[in-house]
Amino acid sequence: MELAEAIILSVLAASTPLLIAATGELVTERSGVLNLGVEGMMIVGAACGFGGAWLSGSIFIGALCGVVAGTLLSLIFAMMTLGLAVNQVASGLALTILGIGLSGLIGAGFVGERITPAPHLHIPGLTELPLVGRILFGEDAFVYFSLALVVGVWLFLYRTRAGLILRACGDNHISAHALGYPVLRIRMYAVMFGGACAGLAGAYLPLAYTPFFIPGMTAGRGWIALALTVFASWRPGRLVIGAYLFGAVTILQLHAQGAGIGIPSQFMSSLPYLATIIVLVALSRARTGGSTAPAALGTVFVPDR
Amino acid sequence: MRKTLLAAAAAFLLAGSISIGISTSAWAADKLKVGFIYLGPVGDLGWTYQHELARQAVVKDFGDKVETTYLENVPEGPDAERAIEQLVRAGNKLIFTTSFGYMDPTLKVAKKYPDVHFEHCSGYKRDTNMATYSSRWYQGRYIQGQIAAKMSKSGVLGYIGSFPIPEVVSGINATMLGAQSINPNIKVKIIWANSWFDPGKEADSAKALLDQGADVIMQHTDSPAAMQVASERGKVAFGQDSEMIKFGPKSQLTSIMDTWAPYYIARVKAQLDGTWKSEDTWGGLETKMFEMAPYTNMPDDVKKMAEDTQAAITAGKLQPFKCPVMDQDGKEVECKGGDHLADPQVLGMNFYVKGIDDKMPGK
Repeated sequence: MELAEAIILSVLAASTPLLIAATGELVTERSGVLNLGVEGMMIVGAACGFGGAWLSGSIFIGALCGVVAGTLLSLIFAMMTLGLAVNQVASGLALTILGIGLSGLIGAGFVGERITPAPHLHIPGLTELPLVGRILFGEDAFVYFSLALVVGVWLFLYRTRAGLILRACGDNHISAHALGYPVLRIRMYAVMFGGACAGLAGAYLPLAYTPFFIPGMTAGRGWIALALTVFASWRPGRLVIGAYLFGAVTILQLHAQGAGIGIPSQFMSSLPYLATIIVLVALSRARTGGSTAPAALGTVFVPDR
Repeated sequence: MRKTLLAAAAAFLLAGSISIGISTSAWAADKLKVGFIYLGPVGDLGWTYQHELARQAVVKDFGDKVETTYLENVPEGPDAERAIEQLVRAGNKLIFTTSFGYMDPTLKVAKKYPDVHFEHCSGYKRDTNMATYSSRWYQGRYIQGQIAAKMSKSGVLGYIGSFPIPEVVSGINATMLGAQSINPNIKVKIIWANSWFDPGKEADSAKALLDQGADVIMQHTDSPAAMQVASERGKVAFGQDSEMIKFGPKSQLTSIMDTWAPYYIARVKAQLDGTWKSEDTWGGLETKMFEMAPYTNMPDDVKKMAEDTQAAITAGKLQPFKCPVMDQDGKEVECKGGDHLADPQVLGMNFYVKGIDDKMPGK
């Protein structure tokens, strides 16, 4: 039982950065913009987040620095793809390269420093409950925030007029434009939201997960977040399932190895990715009709004057 | 069109992630140019960081007689070939390629440029202009095994491996042989991260090992994440490659610290003197190819034992792979080195010793 609790706690921690980054990317892509720079925005968020927390001594300020850094970086992307109508795939990849380089530069000053990680919630009586206590009432603020974020995004996309307009921009920007909606401005906000989330997800790593900064510490999590949005077929609810499934397979394969289950570790390391592919196939088989991707995803929009 | 763009962008991504650092700025023809290829970022606080320290020592030692350049974040495999060739074209006459995976690319470039000298770390392929060098880390692992067995209350050690290559496998075996010399019933749990560097995954591995009852953490991956987890949980651990006590002031027992500087300085000097020869250097405690970080967070008697073992290994009186060595199935391994396993047997080690209750991946 104690082991089960420990495993679930690890899974939640491992899934949270994926969930936050993927939620941001989901909103960006729902508006019709494909931003492949998540990894770059995350690592800059990690560097700035750690720097902010280290200098100020406050996890909150650190998280804020991560958010601001991710947003600023996404603005560069917005300027290129929306303002100058540059190819989104190339700009996104360039953003990742820029982010990796930039984070090394920003982080150089505090490599080797360490901070006190984000505190975990403690409610006397509730947190001590057996089995569920620490899982439900003993997480750090990021975990609760990530879930609130998904609920918020779901409400926004499906229950508000603004969300409907945003989805309209992603499905058919010409019609949205013809109806008089400022497609480019809406997309810019969506890109900024994606950047803010990626920055926060990156900041989560040095602020709560492994409380130090090392160049390259995101180790590909931005790419996984990108895959998750596809996995979730651009729906927030499925994103939660996908992120936790991914986290669970990652952690469980480590435990299986430790327990000496005789399956090659290389195979088990590939399980999360295999699971993604299988679910993807199952989802698309089960559905009638075509792709669920936003119809205008990745296409450049230049409003006619 | 879309596809070619994507391919071009991907190629750009690969090329772009390699960054170049030039340390000494003056350009003069009579200077010896020395190049370095690094696997990770220089600030990784582990493997690459130690090579970088040695490069800095070279610069300090030779001053304006040498000019050094390094390329960091160079992926292993065919891509490395381009990076190495880039250093050759820039006029470097001595090039250090500092990871196992650069072996074949280095050899290929070495054949192409016979007048340039290459130094490859931790491989086994050589040529007239390509030397190899590595460390007998297993000596340090043996000492760590003894310490771990003394410190463990549960009798279970947690070991985070990177990839099941001989260097890592021989480390696990040496650890177990050391541990068994103290506690014959000691157990080890092994998790392969299948990565040299992924702080998150290394931390998760450490957590999994601790959750499963291990109480001493050892790692053969490069970040201080595992040390930090041990510190958070109030458990003890060993560092890797460099001093990690900052991440576990009350946790680090010791650490195997790579000290490449003496070797690099000797080889640069040989190049300057014109006496450079292709050799295979496999140094250990006796040649200070690596050092043990101070023995901390342990009782005095354990510390004394560790120091005695270190002295015995340094003096050549103790061989970690002393015959007879039994493999997992209890069969005796052929003893080709007199009273201990021969170097090639250690360098190509692909079996677990008796007492490891696990199956090696891919076997």
